[in-house]
Amino acid sequence: MHVIESGNVAAATGVKLARTQVIAAYPITPQTPLTEKLSEFVSKGQMTAQYIPVESEHSALSVCIAASSTGSRTFTATSANGLLYMSEQVHWASGARLPIVMCVVNRGVGAPWTVWNDHQDSISQRDTGWIQMHACDHQQILDTVLKAFMVAEKVSIPVMVCYDGYLLSHSYMPFEIPKQEDVDRFLPSFSSDCKLDPEHPLNQNTVTLPDVRPDIHGNMSPGYMEIRHNLQQDLICSLDVVKEVEDRFKGIFNRGGSPFIESYLCEDAEYVAVCMGSLSYQLRDVVDQLRNDGQKVGVAGVRLYRPFPNQAVIDAFSGKKGLVIFEKGISYGNQGPLFTDITSALYQVEERPFAHNYILGIGGREIKTQDLLDTFRKSIQSGRKNEIKTEWIGLKL
Amino acid sequence: MATTILNLPDDELIHPGNRACAGCGLSIIYRIGLKAIGRDTILVVPPSCLTVMQGLYPIAATQLPCLNVTFASTAAAATGVVAALKAQGRENTKVVAWAGDGGTSDIGIQALSGACERGEDFLYICYDNEAYMNTGVQRSGTTPQGVLTTTTPVIGKLQKSKNVPAIMAAHGLNYIATASASYPLDLYDKIKKAMGMPGTKYMHVHTPCPSGWGFDPRYSVKIGKLAVETGIFDLYEIENGEFRLTGPSKKLTPSKLKPVTEYFDTQSRFRALKEDQIASIQAGIHEKWDNY
Ligand SMILES: Cc1ncc(C[n+]2csc(CCOP(=O)(O)OP(=O)(O)O)c2C)c(N)n1
Ligand code: SF4
Ligand SMILES: [Mg+2]
Repeated sequence: MHVIESGNVAAATGVKLARTQVIAAYPITPQTPLTEKLSEFVSKGQMTAQYIPVESEHSALSVCIAASSTGSRTFTATSANGLLYMSEQVHWASGARLPIVMCVVNRGVGAPWTVWNDHQDSISQRDTGWIQMHACDHQQILDTVLKAFMVAEKVSIPVMVCYDGYLLSHSYMPFEIPKQEDVDRFLPSFSSDCKLDPEHPLNQNTVTLPDVRPDIHGNMSPGYMEIRHNLQQDLICSLDVVKEVEDRFKGIFNRGGSPFIESYLCEDAEYVAVCMGSLSYQLRDVVDQLRNDGQKVGVAGVRLYRPFPNQAVIDAFSGKKGLVIFEKGISYGNQGPLFTDITSALYQVEERPFAHNYILGIGGREIKTQDLLDTFRKSIQSGRKNEIKTEWIGLKL
Repeated sequence: MATTILNLPDDELIHPGNRACAGCGLSIIYRIGLKAIGRDTILVVPPSCLTVMQGLYPIAATQLPCLNVTFASTAAAATGVVAALKAQGRENTKVVAWAGDGGTSDIGIQALSGACERGEDFLYICYDNEAYMNTGVQRSGTTPQGVLTTTTPVIGKLQKSKNVPAIMAAHGLNYIATASASYPLDLYDKIKKAMGMPGTKYMHVHTPCPSGWGFDPRYSVKIGKLAVETGIFDLYEIENGEFRLTGPSKKLTPSKLKPVTEYFDTQSRFRALKEDQIASIQAGIHEKWDNY
C-alpha cells in the first residue's frame, strides 16, 4: 500500500511492522510525532507492544536495555539533547550487546538551543559501539528500521537509524507500506539465549577485571579487554551482515541494494560529492546541472557510518580525481568527521583523489542548491591537492 | 503470623562466601531478603556495595538472575524487565530492584519517582547505610546530620537527611515499609507481604556498616537495634495510605526511648557532634515520637 505521510510516521510504521514488543520514549522535537504515533498505535490496539511513557531519555534507553536483556524486541527514539542525556546508556547498550533499535531524528545540539537539523547529535555518539545507519528518504526510513532489527539481532549490537529532523521527519512524501506477512517472512520473531530467566539465572554486566579470570570450574573467562575486543571484531563482521540483510530485503521487497554507499552517476565520474542523509538527494540536482555543463560528476551518500565501510569507500573512490565532502557535523577543533574517515580510508590507496571538506547546514541553516553548485564547481576548478582545511558554506559573517 | 527462626525457609539463595566486609548489615538483609523474595524473581542492581558483594565476573554470589545497571537507572531498568515479562506472558516472575541510599535518594530518584508515578509492578528495596560506601564513605542524601564522611570531614554533615519513605508516600504507593538489618524476620515478613501486592512497593532498610560507620563488626546487630530503641530510626508500614508502627517500634513509647547518645557513642562517625547538635537531634526525635 502506498501512502503519503511524514518521515516520523514512516519510522513508526516500521516499528509496528517489526512487531516490537517494548517501546519506551520521551518526547523531543523533531522526534515527538514518532513517539506520539507509536503510543497511538498501541492505544488503538493496532500494535500489542508495551509502551512506557518514561520520565526521561536516560530512562527510555534504560527500559529498552532491561527489556532487551529480558528477551524482548525493543525500540526507542530521540534527538539532540535527548540522545546526549542518554549517552551513558548508549554505551551501556552496546557493551551489554543488546539488539536495540533507536531512531535518531537528527538535530543540532545546545547551547544555544536549536531544534533544527544537523548531524552533531549522532556524530557525537559515533564511538559508542553502535551501528549507525542513515536514511535519505521516507521509504528508506521505514525499510531501514526493519533491516536494523534484523542486523541488530544477528550480531547482538544495537543500531541507530538516523534521519534528518524536519527535512525528513516532518515532510510528507509517498512511500510503500510493506505487507505484514512479507515483513514477518523477512524478520523472524526475536529470541535470545542469554535472557534474564529464573530457570537459567545469569548475573549480567557484573564488575569485570582487567585480566582474564577462571570460573568455578577452572575455565578461563574473558576480562574487560577481551569483551570489548569482541565488540570491535563483531562490529567489523557486521559489515557482511549488513550486506546480507540488504540482499535478503531486496529479494523479498525488491528495493534497496546499497547499504554502504548510495551512488548517483558515480560510475564514470571524475569528481564526487560525498555526504550523509537527505543532502545526497539535494546534491543529485547539483550533479544533474553540472552534467549538463559537461562535467563528469556524481554524488555518493554514505548510508552506513559505523562500522565505517572502509573497503566500500576505497572501491567507490580510488581512481577519482577529487572528492568534495559536505558535512552537517564537525569534530570541533579538527575537521568534519566524515572527511577524516574517508581520507583515512583512502590513505593506503596509491592514486588518491584530492578531498575538500565543507561544513554546512549547522543548526538548520538553509542549504541552497546554488551554494552547493558553486562550491562543487569551485572545488573542481581549483584542482587543489589535499589541503587540510575545512570551509563553512552559507556562513553570514 | 509473624515468621520465626523456626519456620524461616532453609533454602539459601546466595552462595556461601561473598565480598562483603565482616559484619556487613547488607549481607544479613540480602540473605534473608532473598529467602522472602523467592527464586522466581529477577533482580536489578545499580553500582553499590551490593554490586561488589555479588561477585566479580565470572563468579556470582547470588543464585537469582540479576541485571546490573547504571547508577541512575535502577527503577527504569526494573520497569523494562517488568514490561518485557508482560510482553512475553511471563508475569509470574517477579521483579525486585535493590539499591543503596545514594542510588535511591540521590542519582536514582528521578527514575524511581517516574516508575512510582506510573505504578510499575515491582518491589524497590533501598538499603540505607547512610553514605556512598562503595566509593569510600562520601555523604549521601540520607547521611544524618553531624556525620563525618570523606566529603563532610572535620565538622560533619550540616544538613538533615532526606526522608525517602515520605517522598515515596507522597507518590501514593500501595505499600511502603521501613525495616532494619537488626530485625531480619520483620524484614522477611514485610518483603513477603510486598511481593504479594500489585504496583510499586518501596522498602527502606536501615543497614549498619562497620566500615563506614566506624564500629567493631561484632556490634552490627546491636547498633541497628539501638537505632530503633533510641527512636532515631522507626519501623513502620504505610499500607494503602495507612501508617502504623510495627514490631519493636510499635512497643516503644516516648518515655521508653533510650537517649540517642547511646547510639551515637557506638560509632566514630558521630564523634564531631557538638552538645547543642545532639540536644537538637534528641529534641527532634521526641517531637517525632510525640506525634506518633
Ligand atoms: C553515573 C555514576 N556516577 C558515579 C558512580 C560512582 N559510584 C559507584 S557506587 C557509588 C556510591 C553508591 O552509594 P550507595 O548507593 O549508597 O550504595 P553503597 O555503596 O553505600 O552500598 C558511586 C558514587 C557511578 N558508578 N556512576
Ligand atoms: S562498606 Fe559497609 S555496606 Fe559496604 S560491604 Fe562493607 S560493611 Fe557492607
Ligand atoms: Mg550507601
